[in-house]
Amino acid sequence: MAGQSQERTGQTDVEFRSVTKRFGAVVAVDDVDLRIRAGSFYSLLGPSGCGKTTSLRMIAGFEDPTAGEIFIGGEPVLGVPPYRRQVNTVFQHYALFPHMDVGRNVGYGLRQRRVPREEQERRVQEALDLVRLSAYGRRRVWELSGGQQQRVALARALINHPTVLLLDEPLGALDLKLRKEMQLELKALQHQVGITFVYVTHDQEEAITMSDRIAVMRDGRIQQEGTPTELYDEPANRFVASFLGQSNFFEGELLEDGELAGVRTARGLILWGRRPGSREPLAAGSRATVAIRPERISLAGDPPADAAVDRETATLPGRVLQGTYLGDQSEYQIETDALGPLMVRSINSEGLPAAHFGAGAAVRVAWRARSSLVLGI
Amino acid sequence: MVQGPAAVAAPGRGRGRAVTALLLTPTSLWYLLLLLVPLAILIVFSFGERSPVGGYHPGLTLENYLRLPTRQAAFVNTLVLAVASTALCALLGYPLAYYLATRAGSRRTLLLILIALPFLTSFLIRTYAWFTILGANGIPAILGALGVSPRPVLLNTHFAILIGIVYNYLPLMVFPLYVSLERLDKRLLEASKDLGAGRWATFRQVTLPLSAPGLISGALLVFIPMMGEYIIPNMLGGGKVFFVGNALVDLFLQSRNWPFGSAAAIGLIMVVLITVSIYLFLTSRGRVQREVSQL
Ligand SMILES: Nc1ncnc2c1ncn2[C@@H]1O[C@H](COP(=O)(O)OP(=O)(O)OP(=O)(O)O)[C@@H](O)[C@H]1O
Ligand SMILES: [Mg+2]
Repeated sequence: MAGQSQERTGQTDVEFRSVTKRFGAVVAVDDVDLRIRAGSFYSLLGPSGCGKTTSLRMIAGFEDPTAGEIFIGGEPVLGVPPYRRQVNTVFQHYALFPHMDVGRNVGYGLRQRRVPREEQERRVQEALDLVRLSAYGRRRVWELSGGQQQRVALARALINHPTVLLLDEPLGALDLKLRKEMQLELKALQHQVGITFVYVTHDQEEAITMSDRIAVMRDGRIQQEGTPTELYDEPANRFVASFLGQSNFFEGELLEDGELAGVRTARGLILWGRRPGSREPLAAGSRATVAIRPERISLAGDPPADAAVDRETATLPGRVLQGTYLGDQSEYQIETDALGPLMVRSINSEGLPAAHFGAGAAVRVAWRARSSLVLGI
Repeated sequence: MVQGPAAVAAPGRGRGRAVTALLLTPTSLWYLLLLLVPLAILIVFSFGERSPVGGYHPGLTLENYLRLPTRQAAFVNTLVLAVASTALCALLGYPLAYYLATRAGSRRTLLLILIALPFLTSFLIRTYAWFTILGANGIPAILGALGVSPRPVLLNTHFAILIGIVYNYLPLMVFPLYVSLERLDKRLLEASKDLGAGRWATFRQVTLPLSAPGLISGALLVFIPMMGEYIIPNMLGGGKVFFVGNALVDLFLQSRNWPFGSAAAIGLIMVVLITVSIYLFLTSRGRVQREVSQL
């Protein structure tokens, strides 16, 4: 199977061309273009109601696009019913058949294809082995824990060897610890079977840890598409920057656009920051925001007298409002005269001086201009 | 499929039992007085003798049971018609219940009310209406005016009884079916299609088995009272088609042979019990088998 996936790498498994889906007045998916590479782990990430499930259902064939075209394995699929598509789904609440035992659930897809009985038995057992439920074939589905049900749903969806596996928030119903375990398991499984995974989630951390590529959606539109690193380091706009990880945002007026851009913030301080590679062009004089990740800001115990900002660095005096010690790291709320409140996170590694600052401590806040980004609003 | 009742909360179990007993007392008394006591009387009577003036004379004889085969025709008629009309109700009721549960949308409430509406008038009046519709001045007259000759006879036939029965009992099938179909998780149907099953395969493997509880209770609700049906065969069958219900009325009120009547009644109860047991046995075993068979 791994060999097969090697051959298919480079091909596109799922493609959206200007796909729009309307439900009456609601535009659930708005002119979306997507290309999902064969064998990749691809996530659709976005807040509730942004159109993730609708996109997935259009791939599965449960909804037809209002406009645009969808291709699976290079073939247009408009009008092809779900049961003829080389696609299987792991449903959000698993949708296991309650009147069948685990083995019958897993073998359902094979029975529809009239696979000979001995082969059915063998492949059901293989699928159960794959998800580490070898001994559970005769169990009733409601006797299983949430994580086990999740694995049954996976085995059931994988048994037909689909080209693409669709997963709609498959870990949403699990508790945090189990979710972490299953994330790793899913990722490993995807490697093992070499099938393209299209994964829907609203959990940014989940998307970052598992995906090869992520499409961030909002109100039916794709905000940005790229690898987790690209999205985290080079967010195209403020929405993506705030949805993946945390950021301090300072709004203001754009002085000049370019590889490095300057913004006059509300209190008059001019901040310099890098413009992301995939930037949307901004006109000088328009509103812009400077985004700084809390972990890119350093703290020191020697506050400068005044704020000093240039194209290289920014250094400000500040005062700790609140410091939260989190063991491996500390999180601070800092008040600065020049910018207002900002959040700083520092790693408590051995090399640093005993770094924890208490409330009220006067500090020096500094970052490199190139560590901050200037984004559209 | 039929799962046991949820476990009763543990705390205060003693008091809980007392409350349970208290709440069950009226029902229990009701059943005791109106079901078990009459049943006991019936059993006693069925072994007795007919007194010369009619009614009951104490005795201990199997005579009445040995004479039951003389009423065989009534038993067969009843059973055949009850089975046939239960099947017909299921056949007609399933699509209706399915439509109501899945497709009716905003019309659902209105349609449910319409289905229940005839029940605002009495059973007798509804059946009498059919008597008129099927009678000589009803449909046959209309067909005659349209030039159909000879005019068909509808009243006093098996057909008339079937119409009356299905009309009166269909809602008893539709409502439990509707409830079980309405509760069916639509995502299961999508999962089935996702895994390669077409519409019909999905219906057969998912919808039908999961609505079986509704189908079974609907069938029982229709079948059991139908076995004792008396008014419909009497009014629409004109006494030509003899039912156990009619036989009982005849025995108790006309010939006043209470012991034989009691034996016939016990016979009816036995037939119903046996049929229902076989039915429940087959439906539950069938499902277990289907689940286990292929693995
Ligand atoms: N069948 C439908 N009829 C009408 N509107 C719908 C339908 N399905 C989805 N919508 C609307 O389309 C929009 C997108 O819905 P969708 O289910 O795709 O969101 P989502 O991103 O999956 O959200 P969530 O994270 O909450 O699951 C929502 O505004 C939703 O109300
Ligand atoms: Mg969703």
